[in-house]
Amino acid sequence: MPTHLIRRLFEAVLVLVVVAVVAFTLFRFVGDPVNQMVGQDVSIAERERLRRELGLDDALFVQCARFIWNALHFDFGTSYKFRQPVTDLIGARLPATLELAFAASVFAIAIGIPLGVRTGIHRDGALSKTIMAVSLIGVSLPTFLIGILLIYLFAVTLHWLPSYGRGDVVNLGFWATGFLTGSGLRALILPATTLGLFQLTLVMRLVRSEMLEVLRTDYIRFCRARGLTDRAIHFRHALKNTLVPVVTIIGLQIGSIIAFAIITETVFQWPGMGLLFIQAVQNADIPIMAAYLMLTSVIFVGINLVVDLIYHFIDPRIRVSGRL
Amino acid sequence: MSPPVLSVRDLVVEFATRKGPLRAIDGVSFDIARGEVLGVVGESGAGKSLTGTAVIGLVEAPGRIAGGEIHLAGRRIDTLPKDEMRRVRGKQIGMIFQDPLTSLDPLMRIGDQLIETIQTHTAATRAQARDRAVHLLEEVGIPAAAERLMAHPHQFSGGMRQRVVIALALAAEPDIVIADEPTTALDVSVQAQIIALLKRLTRDHGMAVMLITHDMGVIAQIADRVAVMYAGRIAEIGPVRDVIGRPHHPYTAGLMGSIPGLRSEHARLKQIPGAMPRPGAIPPGCAFNPRCDRVIERCRAERPDLSPFGHTSAACHAPISRETEEAGR
Repeated sequence: MPTHLIRRLFEAVLVLVVVAVVAFTLFRFVGDPVNQMVGQDVSIAERERLRRELGLDDALFVQCARFIWNALHFDFGTSYKFRQPVTDLIGARLPATLELAFAASVFAIAIGIPLGVRTGIHRDGALSKTIMAVSLIGVSLPTFLIGILLIYLFAVTLHWLPSYGRGDVVNLGFWATGFLTGSGLRALILPATTLGLFQLTLVMRLVRSEMLEVLRTDYIRFCRARGLTDRAIHFRHALKNTLVPVVTIIGLQIGSIIAFAIITETVFQWPGMGLLFIQAVQNADIPIMAAYLMLTSVIFVGINLVVDLIYHFIDPRIRVSGRL
Repeated sequence: MSPPVLSVRDLVVEFATRKGPLRAIDGVSFDIARGEVLGVVGESGAGKSLTGTAVIGLVEAPGRIAGGEIHLAGRRIDTLPKDEMRRVRGKQIGMIFQDPLTSLDPLMRIGDQLIETIQTHTAATRAQARDRAVHLLEEVGIPAAAERLMAHPHQFSGGMRQRVVIALALAAEPDIVIADEPTTALDVSVQAQIIALLKRLTRDHGMAVMLITHDMGVIAQIADRVAVMYAGRIAEIGPVRDVIGRPHHPYTAGLMGSIPGLRSEHARLKQIPGAMPRPGAIPPGCAFNPRCDRVIERCRAERPDLSPFGHTSAACHAPISRETEEAGR
């Protein structure tokens, strides 16, 4: 297993380097950064001085190496628009997005897996068919529409929950959390539901189809022939055997929840990275976009590594052979 | 003779289809005595496996037991509520499936699978169940049993896995084990070991076995009696020596004629012309009549019931024995 893990780590680093080169290229070739930093009345000599200061007239690969070197030190330069270090800007927004993503994932997994198991076991029941039909809506409705509908129902009509923002947050120094205040938790409900609904239906449908598959296998028949209880058969044997594909998909989905919460954050004016990214796009704020790209890839690569470790934990056959 | 441990009477299994119910098993009756091995043979689709599945109560929708009675140790089990039948499975009836490679949960240590099964049916503590698991693995001939408890199924060979499957089926000392093609998926040399193991277990525990197979060699080695199934019915049933040596039903005779023997290796194998009818396309009268070379008018009109001929019973209007006996007179 260690050699396997080392190989995966090496691959992960390779992916990150490639993404860094792409991010650098974006940084370098989308418009002239000097033009975006200074006003129209700055002289050409002044511009040249700035260009030299920023190292923009060095050879391309030197600039690229410098970008990667700085990125390794969490230094992504200064935002054109906000005139602050990009790292500080993202650092201030990251907790909001991660907390939203965490709440959405817990919602999707904690409800999606039990529903999938249930509809897989009682696939011809009336309740299962209803759940499946409703889940189709969850898969096919776009996120912004679900968000707006939820705001209309729970914020505008019923006045139960806030329609925007994060509520009160408690600052722990490095992390501003909304989990510790009532208004923070209440503010989390609608956006987390909106963000997690699609993942929930996806997880549920995947678990269901995997369950149907596993319940047909010989070893489940043999479990029945040994008189094991339904509970043991469904949860100890069947569900565990569905987990490898389910964990794969959940891992990818958590990645997309964190990286692409943009729409939900816009609908609910959630002060997270997605909102920052939208503003960066509007302002052609390339340092932020480049940093966002890097962060997203780190998250995906990291989750994939974790998923890989979970495989080893679930399936003994992978432990021995190093592959499926 | 002591009362049979398993008694099946007029068993009917039907499958619901759009065109109405399809009879896959049609009036099967047999008894198995304590410690007896009953071989069940026949072509694919004759209803052998389905009979076993019906006995253990695992016929799945759209199939269902549509008639008949199944008694186990004097108690009727085909009408038991679901949860009581679950307790009978594994505790009183064990089952062994054909393919040991797919019969075990790949993600669970075999020790845990054994302990789980033992604890489902007994009040044993985990430590007691573990001791019993070691004992079971030793009994089915797995070396270093205590260490092997920690192994996962993929770490065993096919033959060893089938031994584990047998240990699992025996976990709660059932009265009868239904073995559905237990050796078909194994190498020939391993087959012999598994047969020897089954034989020893029946002798040591007085356990009855319903051995479903299409391998007459296996039947000849281990079975006490044999039932020949054809198109969802029993064509002939009786002691192995009589059924193999002096078959009365033309189908049994055909089946025996189609087995390659060591002595007659140069002779051409006989084959039965045609194919077994599928359920729903079974001809009136005797199901075998279109393929039978002894067919008489009555075979096409009236369905034969099992009636005794010598030591065996056969469902035939024109059995072989009568003629040979008459000719011998």
